Amino acid sequence: MSVAVCPECDAEVAVDVGTRVAEIIECGDCRVELEVIGMDPPVLSQAPEVEEDWGE
Amino acid sequence: MASPEQVFTLLASRVRTEEKLIMAAFERHGASFDHIDARNFFIVSGGLGPAPRVVLNREIGQFRAGYAAGALENAGATVVNSAAATAVCGDKWLTTEALRNRGLPTPRAALALTPEAGLAALEEIGYPAVIKPLVGSWGRLVTPVADRQTAAAVLEHVAALSSPQSHIVYVQQLVPKLDRDIRVIVVGGEALGATYRRSPEWRTNVARGGVSEYCELGQENAKLAVAAAEAVGADIAGVDLVEDGDGRVSVLEVNHRVEFAGFQAAQGDRVDVADRIVRHLMTRAAS
Repeated sequence: MSVAVCPECDAEVAVDVGTRVAEIIECGDCRVELEVIGMDPPVLSQAPEVEEDWGE
Repeated sequence: MASPEQVFTLLASRVRTEEKLIMAAFERHGASFDHIDARNFFIVSGGLGPAPRVVLNREIGQFRAGYAAGALENAGATVVNSAAATAVCGDKWLTTEALRNRGLPTPRAALALTPEAGLAALEEIGYPAVIKPLVGSWGRLVTPVADRQTAAAVLEHVAALSSPQSHIVYVQQLVPKLDRDIRVIVVGGEALGATYRRSPEWRTNVARGGVSEYCELGQENAKLAVAAAEAVGADIAGVDLVEDGDGRVSVLEVNHRVEFAGFQAAQGDRVDVADRIVRHLMTRAAS
């Protein structure tokens, strides 16, 4: 497991080894959704807002 | 875009449980794949190639998914699901027409080119009914209307929306169903299994808090789901069936980028959806 910094609240966020780029995780402190944009080392950014045409 | 030996590409801008399971299945099978983030994707007309040979289109945005599928097919790739299937499944009216053309049971629906015409269409369909956006998923903005007064108010809001496409109105008969619907996943012409989706509210979408439970898939429902997937041209489909109080089953919708995390959890060891998807892609690559 690695640790990255939440861009919203600066809290440390645990990133599991099996995490993939473009995966969404949640900050345990501020609960904001974060997108994993890099894994070596892990880097997080705020997840994009859901758009009107998203779905299955 | 991809090395010549690269066979499989996963196109997705968001990696969720389903995409992770599919990536893990690729790895288990020793299948070389890459992941393209649709937000970084572009293609020059005429194709600079080499295009990936088989693309699994898991893009979450319908417009991005549709354009990517068409462009990649034109560049020579096999895209699963195809651009045609993505277009049909992504549009409720085209889905209705595809199911009807195949003679499959689906709730009565009407298309109206203006919100005003939508009110007249609702008189024809009858109340209670549902007003749905043509494009969209997860039950978003799907509105039940019990009577003309409510419908007129909803359609007034629809008319105030800014996008011209929002003014095309799709209305559908509200099936007096049980407190659940049935999700069947079809891969390569085979129904893998079924789950019940239950919800405390009238929409049973898992994205709305609906819960998946194992359901024994009967032969008739399996046949209907496979026929529905065929009708829309989808290799991989999440077919939603709805059962009315008299036991009649009809096809509510067919999803081309099926979310199966809840389905998989409910199925347990009975079926491995990601594995079946990857094996199907391998079959397509070999053909």
